[in-house]
Amino acid sequence: MEVYLDNSATTRVFPEVAELMRKIMCEDYGNPSSLHRKGVEAEHYLRYAQETMARLLKVQDKEIFFTSGGTESDNMALIGGASANNRRGRHIITTQVEHPAILQTCKYLEAQGYGITYLPVNAYGQISLDDLQRAIGPDTILVSIMHTNNEMGALQPIAEAGALIKRLNPGTLFHVDAVQGFGKARIYPRKMGIDLMSISGHKIHGPKGIGVLYVGDKVKIHPLLHGGGQQKNMRSGTDNVPGAAGMARAAELLYQHYEGDRERLYGCKKKFLDGIRKMESIQINGLLPGKPDGEGTASHIVSVSVAGVRSEVMLHALEEEGIYVSAGSACAARKPQPSATLKAMGLDSALLGSTIRFSFSVYTTIEEIDYTLRVMYDKIPILRRYTRR
Amino acid sequence: MFTAFLIKYAEIGIKGRNRYLFEDALVHQIKFSLKKCEGDFLIHKSQGRIYVEAQGDFDFEETVEHLQHVFGISGICPVVYVEDEGFEKLCDRVIRYLEEVYPQRNKTFKVHARRARKDYPKESMEINADLGEVILKAYPEMRVDVHEPDILLNVEIREKIYIYSETIPGPGGMPVGTGGKAMLLLSGGIDSPVAGYMIAKRGVKIDAVYFHAPPYTSDRARQKVVDLARIVSRYTGPIYLHVINFTDIQLYIYEKCPHEELTIIMRRYMMRIAEHIAKETGCLGLITGESIGQVASQTMNSLIATNEVCELPVYRPLIGFDKQEIVEVSEKIGTFETSIQPFEDCCTIFVAKHPVTKPNVNIIRRHEHNLDEKIDELVKTALETDELVIVD
Repeated sequence: MEVYLDNSATTRVFPEVAELMRKIMCEDYGNPSSLHRKGVEAEHYLRYAQETMARLLKVQDKEIFFTSGGTESDNMALIGGASANNRRGRHIITTQVEHPAILQTCKYLEAQGYGITYLPVNAYGQISLDDLQRAIGPDTILVSIMHTNNEMGALQPIAEAGALIKRLNPGTLFHVDAVQGFGKARIYPRKMGIDLMSISGHKIHGPKGIGVLYVGDKVKIHPLLHGGGQQKNMRSGTDNVPGAAGMARAAELLYQHYEGDRERLYGCKKKFLDGIRKMESIQINGLLPGKPDGEGTASHIVSVSVAGVRSEVMLHALEEEGIYVSAGSACAARKPQPSATLKAMGLDSALLGSTIRFSFSVYTTIEEIDYTLRVMYDKIPILRRYTRR
Repeated sequence: MFTAFLIKYAEIGIKGRNRYLFEDALVHQIKFSLKKCEGDFLIHKSQGRIYVEAQGDFDFEETVEHLQHVFGISGICPVVYVEDEGFEKLCDRVIRYLEEVYPQRNKTFKVHARRARKDYPKESMEINADLGEVILKAYPEMRVDVHEPDILLNVEIREKIYIYSETIPGPGGMPVGTGGKAMLLLSGGIDSPVAGYMIAKRGVKIDAVYFHAPPYTSDRARQKVVDLARIVSRYTGPIYLHVINFTDIQLYIYEKCPHEELTIIMRRYMMRIAEHIAKETGCLGLITGESIGQVASQTMNSLIATNEVCELPVYRPLIGFDKQEIVEVSEKIGTFETSIQPFEDCCTIFVAKHPVTKPNVNIIRRHEHNLDEKIDELVKTALETDELVIVD
């Protein structure tokens, strides 16, 4: 049995998406910049992609820009946003639990002379609005907060933060990294005071190598890539037509079954959490107090720490039974350092190296959850017998 | 402009009647190495020399780099060869050769002609003198020095005429395959690939064995070892890599033996298994990357304990090397970057905080008896997991 529970790392592409992309790559392969019919045909796909993404986010078509993925979107928002606004100030606010695409870009900006405030989080992985309020000053040009944390599924108070930022300093841009949140939660930039928002294709059953940066109509940012002037000069480079169309199709499909899927995912999460609680010495990370079924956290992410079993060993032991999970998060899992996010949440240092992440998708079934729980129940006692003494 | 290489070989030259074996092995290794280069090459032996001639377009730098990986080559001379169209044409070509190869011409030189084709109208001495004169006339800034010339210009008259003057150093050693075959215990570390490289340099063909311990070690750790074998194979030719699942043996030792002795006893079983495969595959020895005192299992006392379980000789080419010296070689051969990727290997997963550094062989043997019940069966099973990966 193959049970893929690493959907926060990447997801299986919807067959319909793959088919659409095959058609675009093999038949309608024109370059939208070409003047002939083949180019016009390709442009239709691009417009479809743009319109679809705009519709789902309830924004204007012209506010959608396609990038190579979440990392580029984050870089473009931060670096492009900072350099277009640095005459007003050089202060940026973010959180301690962001994805490396944000944290490393902030480090880069720090080296360029910007001041960065990293907001701490509580034991549930959330920032406090009071901290945010105190951090915003007249020279704050940008605030970047992730929607859904990739390591333990904490949700940040995005709408509240957006309102607060606009009240305190209307000139401050608000960027949201919605790579893990888009498709799982309804996110509407305009209602939430969001100026810039990053989305990735391969986290929503679309292809890798494609992402979106939403850039509000009135928002000024500088492009990172210069060249042929595609996408209104904001992002040069031949348009990734199959990627954009594939991503849009995937998003469309997700939104079609949104309510049902959401309910099912929380059902899986509840079932999984109940099962985990029956096992000895496993800590569940990031649940809100009094919300044992995961209310108020992402529907698709569960982080647990299995005392006495190193995460890598647990991961490979599950792998032997066909179950695929992550140690911490995939982006950091190849570096053998404990997760900064979990550290920031104040996780016991003994448990830091024993944390694994399960992440579900619309393909996840209750049978898979049962199977996974059974395997864990059988394997953990054996793994605990052999430890480094 | 160069279209061929003259291959100089070192120690083969002093071999006696079996010299052709060494030369044939060298030709074979050169052929294997150049297979991965752009272009076609004709490789032939002729009068005690090996020539590599490009048939059409080729990439000079890439070809030299590949030749520098072939053990047995002491020097690589880039050669210009021309058809024999009379002495005057030859003079023109030599003048042009000097212009192309030596933009700075205030150097001393000596012409060294060899007339392998005896019907050539001029004798060697005559060619030396006449060519020398032509060069002096064309480049007055050059001077003749017959004892220690900056440029030793070789002109060989054969079917064609070969002109060469530069020698790029080769790796030395002897052609792989002339010295038998040995089994390398390959971990993911810095040392073992270097050890394999060093023994291969003496003409020994290398097979390798890797012990993995899923789920405690990952597929990436295993891939890293395959990658290392691939880098080493650029020098050694194809490597047959045996991958053995060691988990159950390791856990059994963990349960039955004192924890401080885990590593030593584990290594004894690795040596036994490696020797078993070595004997089955015709290897004449084992190779390890051990260096005295580097870690607890490599003290002289520990080496007694791991050495005694084998009948075959265990070659430890790094035995007197400091870590820094090993690192230098690994950087030179290109394995360092891969070796330092941080994946657990099966030697580190259960290692004790304070392993024994001076194990007493008698005590180790006695503790090994704790394993009597199941160990033979486990070793047999482990040997059955042998998965052969051919790396080239």
